[in-house]
Amino acid sequence: MKKYSAFSLLKNALSYHENWQKVWRSPTPKKEYDVIVVGGGGHGLATAYYLAKVHGITNIAVIEKGYLGGGNTARNTTIIRSNYLWDEAAQLYDLSLKLWEGLSQELNYNVMFSQRGVLNLGHNLQDMRDIERRVNANRLNGIDGEVVSPQRIKEIAPLINISRDSRYPILGASWQPRGGTARHDAVAWGYARGADALGVDLIQQTEVTGIRRKDGAVVGVETSNGFIGARKVACVTAGNSGVVAAMAGLRLPVESRPLQALVSEPVKPCLDTVVMSNAVHGYISQSDKGDLVIGAGVDSYNGYGQRGSFHVVEHTIQAICELFPAFSRVRMNRQWGGVVDTCPDACPIISKTSVQGLYFNCGWGTGGFKATPGSGYVFADTVANDRPHPLAAAFNLDRFNSGALIDEHGAAGVAH
Amino acid sequence: MLLIHCPHCREHREEEEFSYGGEAHIVRPLEPEALSDEEWGDYLFFRTNSRGIHHEMWYHAVGCRRYFNATRNTVTYEILETYKTGTQPTITGASA
Ligand SMILES: Cc1cc2nc3c(=O)[nH]c(=O)nc-3n(C[C@H](O)[C@H](O)[C@H](O)COP(=O)(O)OP(=O)(O)OC[C@H]3O[C@@H](n4cnc5c(N)ncnc54)[C@H](O)[C@@H]3O)c2cc1C
Ligand SMILES: [Zn+2]
Repeated sequence: MKKYSAFSLLKNALSYHENWQKVWRSPTPKKEYDVIVVGGGGHGLATAYYLAKVHGITNIAVIEKGYLGGGNTARNTTIIRSNYLWDEAAQLYDLSLKLWEGLSQELNYNVMFSQRGVLNLGHNLQDMRDIERRVNANRLNGIDGEVVSPQRIKEIAPLINISRDSRYPILGASWQPRGGTARHDAVAWGYARGADALGVDLIQQTEVTGIRRKDGAVVGVETSNGFIGARKVACVTAGNSGVVAAMAGLRLPVESRPLQALVSEPVKPCLDTVVMSNAVHGYISQSDKGDLVIGAGVDSYNGYGQRGSFHVVEHTIQAICELFPAFSRVRMNRQWGGVVDTCPDACPIISKTSVQGLYFNCGWGTGGFKATPGSGYVFADTVANDRPHPLAAAFNLDRFNSGALIDEHGAAGVAH
Repeated sequence: MLLIHCPHCREHREEEEFSYGGEAHIVRPLEPEALSDEEWGDYLFFRTNSRGIHHEMWYHAVGCRRYFNATRNTVTYEILETYKTGTQPTITGASA
């Protein structure tokens, strides 16, 4: 792998940028791998990268039915924060945030991680009680956070409407300065490039259609391009996890729902932080290109169609215009949907299964982009050692039978 | 926006009048205390989450305020039939 630097930029400028090396190879699959990662989204690619980098397992293939990072990774609104309520979740998301802080250097790839801070607004007394409780819990876990007043919110985001006369007045917020956004595609591409350089085969346009087992253990996967053997199979297929689990005769406590987002035409810089509101339900930031990036709520019904209903988008825009009256004049440019894997407790599943050598990392639902590095890190460790990483242990599939759920609905951001 | 036929009102109405009730035909165990943790967890949380034909409950919240079932394709979102609670679907995964 050739290193990217100011020097390489200059050098390639001399040949009109026509001689850059390919970012990754497009290999033909081998007969057998030590580990097959199913799903080439950010989480799958991060898993492969850390398996190779930290655990020295390099005989790996990532099998992706479409193109790398084309699933929810490409469709999300890129909000990153770690201010979750419970110890288990807070520690997992904060591990991720710490990895984000060094990721561009680690991967030698600019993931455009921008710690512009995240505001979670409160609009009623109960919101404010929950916010105070969450911020205190965060601080006990060593996570930065502050409860801020409407005046302070106005200083942070001057266009916001803090009038007491609005329908749902803003009473305060939690503020996590270390939170922010990153370039979604770059994260997938950076991990892909890093994994490829360590010898990982990235196989695109190949769908896994079956999971072959023998005596209760995994032996490989059937794909649209034939059988590929594997000692371990790690599934990281987000919204399609239920479909993949069914290939091994398993069911998951996951339901796949549409989640929509939209962006406006590019406008001049006017919002240099992330603003989220659970109560009126909308979240917004401005990309470096200038478009306002707006996330909607999850549709109520199961859906694999990567689109949802219009009234959900309409509702979100009402909330955004209430928070930022000036944005009512901005025209929307594009709108799309992803398929999110929602879990009953709004927490992920990072787990072994009853099939030997078969692992699942899913259930991130509406909020897994922020967890991409940490998720890959602990999942790689879980797969390599065939036991849960200490930070993954609580996110075992068994919790839905033991009852040890981790209820993060309050901090999850998107109601579902 | 889905247009949903309520079998009670016998009319197509807009999705906003309804709320979603999740997977249909999951029978509440008669003796919950006799179940193992495994079985109780399965009943509470584990779902088929099918990609394609899906039987699901809907509630006509601002209409007749009654539950009914729908057979819907979760990829195309096409509603193939709606039928009253307690009756069986005519379209199933096997027949579609
Ligand atoms: C509109 C929207 C907004 C969001 N906003 C945020 C946000 O602001 N902050 C945040 O933290 N999170 C957010 N999320 C959630 C976040 O996008 C996801 O949790 C995260 O990206 C999941 O990453 P992943 O790699 O697991 O999944 P994906 O990127 O979806 O990757 C899964 C991959 O598996 C592949 N696959 C599936 N089945 C098969 C098969 N049978 N064979 C081979 N490959 C298969 C798919 O093609 C896909 O590429 C949002 C999601 C959406 C949809
Ligand atoms: Zn009705």
